[in-house]
Amino acid sequence: MTLALEQILNGVQFGVALFLLAAGLTLIFGIMGVINLAHGSLYLIGAYGAALVSQRTGSFILAILAGLAASAIAGLIIEFVVIRKLYARDHVQQVLATFGLILFINEGATILFGRQPLFVAMPPALSGAVEIIPGVPYPTYRLAVIAVGLLVAFGLYLFVNKTRVGMLVRAGATHRDMVRALGVDIRLLYTLVFGLGALLAGLAGLMAGPLLAVQVGMGEQILILTFVVVVIGGVGSIRGAFFGAMIVGITDTLLRGFLPALLRSLMTTSQADALAAGLSSMGIYLIMALVLLIKPQGLFSGQN
Amino acid sequence: MARTEAAAGVNPGARRILLLRGAGLVVLAVVLLLLPMTANAIGDPALITLATRMIIYAIAAASLNLILGYGGLVSFGHAAYFGVGGYVVGILYFHFAADDLFLGFIPGSNQFLITLFAAMVVSGLAALVLGALSLRTTGLQFIMITLAFAQMVFFLFVSLKVYGGDDGLIVRRRNLLFGLNMANDTTFYFVCVTIAALYFAVFWRLVGSRFGLVLGGIRQNERRLAAIGISTYRYKLVAFVIAGIGAGIAGALMANFSKFVSPDMLHWSRSGELMIMVILGGGATLFGPAIGAVILVGLETVLTGWTEHWQFILGPILILIALFTRGGVLTLLENRRAPDA
Repeated sequence: MTLALEQILNGVQFGVALFLLAAGLTLIFGIMGVINLAHGSLYLIGAYGAALVSQRTGSFILAILAGLAASAIAGLIIEFVVIRKLYARDHVQQVLATFGLILFINEGATILFGRQPLFVAMPPALSGAVEIIPGVPYPTYRLAVIAVGLLVAFGLYLFVNKTRVGMLVRAGATHRDMVRALGVDIRLLYTLVFGLGALLAGLAGLMAGPLLAVQVGMGEQILILTFVVVVIGGVGSIRGAFFGAMIVGITDTLLRGFLPALLRSLMTTSQADALAAGLSSMGIYLIMALVLLIKPQGLFSGQN
Repeated sequence: MARTEAAAGVNPGARRILLLRGAGLVVLAVVLLLLPMTANAIGDPALITLATRMIIYAIAAASLNLILGYGGLVSFGHAAYFGVGGYVVGILYFHFAADDLFLGFIPGSNQFLITLFAAMVVSGLAALVLGALSLRTTGLQFIMITLAFAQMVFFLFVSLKVYGGDDGLIVRRRNLLFGLNMANDTTFYFVCVTIAALYFAVFWRLVGSRFGLVLGGIRQNERRLAAIGISTYRYKLVAFVIAGIGAGIAGALMANFSKFVSPDMLHWSRSGELMIMVILGGGATLFGPAIGAVILVGLETVLTGWTEHWQFILGPILILIALFTRGGVLTLLENRRAPDA
C-alpha cells in the first residue's frame, strides 16, 4: 500500500516533467503549426546549464537561473535563425530542419562536455525526506518538483485563461488565421510562445538533473513520450497536456514498478526483468492506441 | 504530377525526355555492372560494400517515398518495418541454428527466398496493424503517432532477451540462395542489385497505375477524392502496407549484409535518416530517394573519415537543405527547366 502511494507520487512527479515539455510543445504545434523535434534539445540545454553551474559554484539557486537562462536564450536563437523560416513550410521541411538541429545540438554537447554523464548534487535543503503520512517517508526533492510543476501549471492556467496575451494564445491555437486577420502582431506572439515553451522545457530539464544522469540523448527519450502526451491530450490544448502527462507519467511509473514482480512469479528473474522493462515501455503506447480508437483528435482537442 | 503524364504524351519534347530517361537507365545499369570490377581494379574493394549499403537504403527510402512523397503521409516510423524485416531474418536463422521451433511450431530457416518472403509478410502485417491505427489521424498527429509506434516496436525488441535484447542478434552466415557463394561481397552485391532492379520496376508500374494516381490525388486534395466516392482511408492503408513490405525487404537484405540485427535498426533516428534520403533526393520521383540514399550514405562515409563528430556538420547541412531547397536536390534541377512546378 505504502509502496503504491510512493509509486503514484513518483508517477505524478514524472507526469509534471512531461507536462512542462508538453505544454510548450502543444502550444507551438497549436499556434504556429510547427513540429519542433528540437524541443527535447531545449530540455537538454536546461539540464546541462544547471548541471555545469551547480558543479562549479555549488549553488542551486544560481544553477536554476543558469538553466532557465540557457534554455530561453537557446530557444530565442533557434526561433530566430531556423523556426521563423519554417512557419509557412510543409511538415516535412520542419521535420528535416529540426532533426538537423537535434544532430547539431547533441553532437555539440558531446564535443563540449563529453559522453560521460554529469551527476548533479541534490540541494542540501531538499535532500532529506518528509513523512507524507506517518511512517511513509518520501524524498523532499521529488515533492518540491511536484509542487513547482503544479504551481507552474496553475500559473499557466491563469496566464492563458485570465490575461489578454493568454486570450490571444487561445485564439491563436483554435483560429490562427482569424487572429492574424484581426491585425494582431502574430510574429511577436510566436516568439513569445516559443520562448515560453523553451523556458518550460529548460525548467523540466534542470529539475530532472538531480534525479537522472545529465547526458546527451536525454532530450529525445523524453521528447517521444511528450509526443504521446500531446496525442493523448489533443494538439493545442494545455488542459489536455496536463491530463495526458499525468496519465502517461503515472501509468509508466506504475508499470515499471509492479510489472517485474508480477512477471517474476511466471519466469526466471533476468528474463522477467527484461520483458517487464519492454512491456512497461510499450504500455503507454497501447494507451495511446486506445485513445486514438475512441477519440482520434485526443481527449481535449483544441482544434477541429 | 507532370512527370508521369509527360511520359504518356506524344509531343516531341516528351519523346526527348523519354529517350534521355532510357539512356540514363542504360548508363545506370552499366555503372552498376562495372562497379565491382572497377573497385577491384583500383584496389578499393570497400567500394563494393559501400555500394551495397547504398542500394539497400535506396530500397528502404523508395518504399518510404510511396507514402511520404506520392501519398503525402509524413511517416516518422518507417525504420520499424526495416527493423522487423531484419529481425525476421535474424530470428529465423537463430532457430535454424538452434534447430528448434519459433513459438513452438515455426521451424527456422537459412534459405534466402524463404526468409525474404517471411520478412515481407511480417513487416506487411506490422504495417497493416500500426497503419490502420495511425491513419485515423492526419498531419501533426500522424507524424507523432508513427514515431511513437515505431518506438514501441523498438522497445519490444529491446525487451526480447532471448534474441539478444539490447545487444542484438548475430547471423553467423548469410542465407543461402541457389548455389551462390553469398559470403562473397561481390556476389551479394549483385543479389542486391537484382532485387533492387525488380523492386524499382514494380514500383514504377505501381506509381503509374490507377492506384498511384489516386495516391497522388490524395496528397493533392484528399477531400475532393473522397467527394467523388473514393475511400481514401483504404488507399492510404494499402499504400502504407506496401511501403512497409518494401522496408521489410531492405531490412532482410541489411540483416544478411551485415550479418547482424539489433534494435539500432529500428531507432527513431534511422526513421529520420530514411526521411532525409527521400527529401534530399526529391519526393514523388522514382529515383529521387535512391539518389538521396547515395548522397546521405556517401556523406556519412566521407564525414566519418574526417571527424568522429560528423553529425555536427550533417545537422547544419540538413537545416540549410530544409530552408533553401523546396523538395530536394533533384527538383532543384527540374525547376530550372520547368518553372511550373
